Amino acid sequence: MITAEPASGPIAETEPGRFREFRTNALWLWRYYTQFMRLAIITQFQYRAANYFYMIGMIAEPVVYLVVWSTIARTNGGSVGGFTPGTFAAYYIVWTLVRNINIVFTPFGWEQRIKDGELSGLLLQPIHPIHRDLAFFAGWKVIVIILWLPIAAALTLIFHPSLSPTVWQCVVFFLALWGAYLIRSMFLWALGLISLWTTRVSAIFQAYFMAELLLSGRLVPLTLMPKWARSLAGVLPFQSTFGFPITALTGPITDAQLWHGLLTQLWWIVVGGLIVKLMWRRGIRRFASVGG
Amino acid sequence: MTRPSPGWRDPDRAGSLRLAALFFRVGAQNELQYRLNFVVQLLQSILGVAAGLVGLAVVFAHTNNLGGWSRPQLLVVMGIFLMMNGITQAFIQPSMNLLIADIQKGTLDFPLTKPVDAQVLVSVRSVDIWQAADSLIGLIIVIVGLVQQDVAVHLVDIVSFVLLMLMGTVTIYCFWLMLASTAFWLIKTDEMQELFQGLYRTGQYPVGIYPGWLRYGITFVVPLAFAITVPAEALTGRLEHLALVGAAGLTLALLVISRLLWRKGLQRYGGASS
Repeated sequence: MITAEPASGPIAETEPGRFREFRTNALWLWRYYTQFMRLAIITQFQYRAANYFYMIGMIAEPVVYLVVWSTIARTNGGSVGGFTPGTFAAYYIVWTLVRNINIVFTPFGWEQRIKDGELSGLLLQPIHPIHRDLAFFAGWKVIVIILWLPIAAALTLIFHPSLSPTVWQCVVFFLALWGAYLIRSMFLWALGLISLWTTRVSAIFQAYFMAELLLSGRLVPLTLMPKWARSLAGVLPFQSTFGFPITALTGPITDAQLWHGLLTQLWWIVVGGLIVKLMWRRGIRRFASVGG
Repeated sequence: MTRPSPGWRDPDRAGSLRLAALFFRVGAQNELQYRLNFVVQLLQSILGVAAGLVGLAVVFAHTNNLGGWSRPQLLVVMGIFLMMNGITQAFIQPSMNLLIADIQKGTLDFPLTKPVDAQVLVSVRSVDIWQAADSLIGLIIVIVGLVQQDVAVHLVDIVSFVLLMLMGTVTIYCFWLMLASTAFWLIKTDEMQELFQGLYRTGQYPVGIYPGWLRYGITFVVPLAFAITVPAEALTGRLEHLALVGAAGLTLALLVISRLLWRKGLQRYGGASS
C-alpha cells in the first residue's frame, strides 16, 4: 500500500492519515485550551479584590456548617457519627477547595447569553462551545487556588483540623478534584441549556441546587444523613462533585472505595457529556428557529 | 415663615418618606403585572425553606439542642432569617445593585441631578416585590415555632420584636449602602451580592454558637446579630433590655457611618462625562 504521503486525495482516508488528523486536532485543541486558560488567568488576576469578595462570601457557608456540627459534637461528648470537631474542620476546610474547583459557568448565565446574542457568536466557532467554558474556568482556578491558600491557612489556624492522608489519597484527591470539575461543568451546562426551551428556569435551577445541597455532602457529610438519603445520593451525580473528593482526602476511606469513587466519576463524566451533546444539538435547532 | 435655604439643598424628611413610598408603589405596581413570577418565586421560596427544614431535621436527628436553643426556637430564628431575607431582597438589594451598576457605568449622574437628597433617591429606586414571598413564608415559620415552644410570649415581647425588626432592617440597609459605596473606590464589585449573601447565611443560626471573633464580626462588622438573633431572643424569652438599647445605638451609629461613607464616595465619583 502506498500510504506514506500526507493528506491529499483519497489516500488521506487511510489509517495513518486519520491518525495524523487526530494528532493535529488534539494538538490544536491543546493550544486552544492553553490559550484560553492563559486568557482567564490574565483577566481574573486584574480582579483580585472582586475574586476575594466572592471567596469570602463563599467561605461563610462551610464555616456555618462547621460551627454547627462542632457544637453538636461537643454537646454529644466529643463526637457525632464518628466525627470530632477536628475531623469536621478537616472536612469543611477541604470542602472550601473542592467548592472553589467545582464553581463553573452558572446556568443563570445562559439567559444573558441568549438575550445578548452572545450565543450566536459561539455558534460561529468551529468548535463545541463547552470547550471554551471548560478552558476558561480551568484557567481561572489557578488564580482561585492562589487566593485560596491564605484563607485555608487562616481556617486551619482557627479550627485545628485533624488531617493525615496517605500519598495515594492525595493522588486520588487531585484526580477527583478535576473529575468533580468536569461533572459539575457538564451537568450545569446541560441545566443552563434548558433556557433554550423556556425562560422560566429559575425554579428548575433552584430545585437542582437544593437537591445538590442535600445529597452531595455539601451541607453535611453524607454519613450523617438518614439511610434513604444516602441510597438516593448513591444513584445521583452530586456525591461525585462534593462528598467523594472531600472524603478521598479526609478519610476514612478504603482503597476499594477510592477506586469505586473514581470510576463513578468517570461514569458521570460520560453521562454528562452525552446529555450535553444531545441537548445542545436539539437546543440550537430551537434557538435557530427562534432567531431566524 | 420662609425657609433660609432652598428645599432641594435641605430636603425635609417627610418629603423623602413620601418619595420613598411613591417609588415603592410604582415599583410594586410594575411587578404586579407579572403574576406568574409570584408563583415561580413562591415555588423557589418553598424549595429553599424545604432544604432549610431538612437541614434542621438532620441537625436535630443528632442532638436535642443547639447552643441552648431548642428545635422550635431555631425555627423562630430560621423564620426571622427568611423574613429579613425577603425584606432585603425585595426592598434593599435591587436599589443597591442598581446603584453599583450606575457607579460602574457613570450613569449615576441622573439621580444626582434630581432635586432631592441623592441617598434617599438611590435607596428607593428599585423594588422586587415578589422576593417578599420569603418574608411571608418566614412569618409562617416563626408562628409555627412560637406555637411549638414552651415559652409564653407576651405583648411586650411582640412590641420589642417589631421594633427590633424595624431597626434590623435599617442596619441591613446601612450595611448594604456601605458595601455599595465601596464601588466608588473599587469599581468592579459585581461580587458584592455574593459577599453579602454568603455572610448573611451566618444569620441562619443564633450568633451564640459562633466562636468569639466570628460572633463579634457578625454583631458589629456585619450587623446580623441585631437583625436576626436579637429579634429571635425577644420571642423566645431571652431578651435583655440592654439589647434593645444596644440595637438602637448600633442603628444610629450605622446610619451616621453609612451616610458619611456615601458622602465620601460621592466626592470620588467622576461621572460619565469626565
